[in-house]
Amino acid sequence: MISICGVSKWYGPTRVLDDCSTEVAKGDVVVVCGPSGSGKSTLIKCVNGLEAVQRGEVIVDGVVVTAPKTDLNRLRARVGMVFQHFELFPHLSVADNLTLGQIKVLGRSRDEAIARGLKMLDRVGLAAHRDKFPAQLSGGQQQRVAIARALSMDPVCMLFDEPTSALDPEMISEVLDVMVALAEEGMTMMCVTHEMGFARRVADRVIFMDQGRIVEDCAKESFFGAPRSERAQQFLAKILQH
Amino acid sequence: MLPNLDLEVVGASLPFLWTGLLFSLKLTLVAMSGGIVCGTLLALARLSSIAPLRNAAAAYVNTLRAIPLVMVILWFFLVIPLLTGKPVGAENSALITFTLFEAAFYGEIMRAGIQSVPRGQVAAARALGLTYAQSMRHVVLPQAFRNMLPLLLTQTIILFQDTSLVYAIGAKDLLKAAEVTGKNYNRPVEMYVFVALIYFAICFALSRLVRRLQARVAIVR
Ligand SMILES: Nc1ncnc2c1ncn2[C@@H]1O[C@H](COP(=O)(O)OP(=O)(O)OP(=O)(O)O)[C@@H](O)[C@H]1O
Ligand SMILES: [Mg+2]
Repeated sequence: MISICGVSKWYGPTRVLDDCSTEVAKGDVVVVCGPSGSGKSTLIKCVNGLEAVQRGEVIVDGVVVTAPKTDLNRLRARVGMVFQHFELFPHLSVADNLTLGQIKVLGRSRDEAIARGLKMLDRVGLAAHRDKFPAQLSGGQQQRVAIARALSMDPVCMLFDEPTSALDPEMISEVLDVMVALAEEGMTMMCVTHEMGFARRVADRVIFMDQGRIVEDCAKESFFGAPRSERAQQFLAKILQH
Repeated sequence: MLPNLDLEVVGASLPFLWTGLLFSLKLTLVAMSGGIVCGTLLALARLSSIAPLRNAAAAYVNTLRAIPLVMVILWFFLVIPLLTGKPVGAENSALITFTLFEAAFYGEIMRAGIQSVPRGQVAAARALGLTYAQSMRHVVLPQAFRNMLPLLLTQTIILFQDTSLVYAIGAKDLLKAAEVTGKNYNRPVEMYVFVALIYFAICFALSRLVRRLQARVAIVR
């Protein structure tokens, strides 16, 4: 479903992605972790072309994202993305947040978009909040709306960039529950997260990044069993302490 | 202090003043809406990744902001007939000049407004598949406009006061009407005091509105 092949990216002289390659098969859940600044966000944004790469190839569902002629807007409409800071549109109601992309990008009618959006809103357990504005919701609720917004577009895969790291501890699980349910229904997911409980529960593979490089890319069992690189061992030891 | 003020003069000249006030208001509204629309385009150009577009917009804004408005009004009034070969009239000339001039100021406000919208908002809009134009139209500009509403209105108050400068080219605005009636009745002091009160009342009301909006915007954010 997602294939990343020899991708490198520079910001000026600094190399933020260094020859990264990995695959996410249909229905797989891959967790990406690593220290701050290691390039996790950059890597995941390359998948839907939010970040351009200088070298290598990214293919999503048969579409070559890195080819210059690719219609990126059409591709992005099929790839859901959830951000660390939710990024709901604060001037729009929850319902309008859910329908904007459907109407403007997918060309759905308003009724159709509302119906689809409300179904997704119901799925994340927030149907009662359709007429509220984002500022009236808690962080956890906002992130669930953001997930519903992405799902309303009927994506073929979902990208998550630290979806719970801006949340208060008591709100983390409500978002993770939604993600677990999604994973169990067979959604293809690439998640940047340090929630190792989530990784243990639903991930098929874990990728560990350091300094722009994919240092480990292995099945969950072997990652948690005994990561090969010293760097990953240190990292795991550090975050599992808490 | 002011010995024999003749208030009847004021009453008699009301219809004429009203016509002048209407033009002042029309000029304000046209320059405001035109200025905000053109200014938004200027702001987008100034933030564009295309260097020539960016530089052209910056040159426009910086030039107009460095010239006194009266000079622009006069120049435009004198130059346009030379270029087009026919006079456009003081009123039309004023409408066009003010729109172009105010665009530079509203543009800078809108630029700050666009920059006040977090970058993640654009990323989220683009991630949904919205084009650049759609992201601006539906996500960034509405927020920029709302954040900047108090400043845009403050600029409009300044604009309304500045409309009195069209007096320089003889356009029939409120101030001109006061001057004309003042001369006709030989009562200039009464007329100038009266229109000063009108300018004050309108600007005062608007600035109260700005203060209320500021409080409102602060809460929503
Ligand atoms: N626009 C940019 N210009 C220059 N450097 C950037 C830019 N964006 C990111 N970087 C750099 O690229 C590197 C990778 O950034 P990235 O955001 O992908 O890291 P990350 O692994 O997601 O970190 P975090 O856990 O803090 O989110 C960092 O060193 C960062 O400073
Ligand atoms: Mg990041």
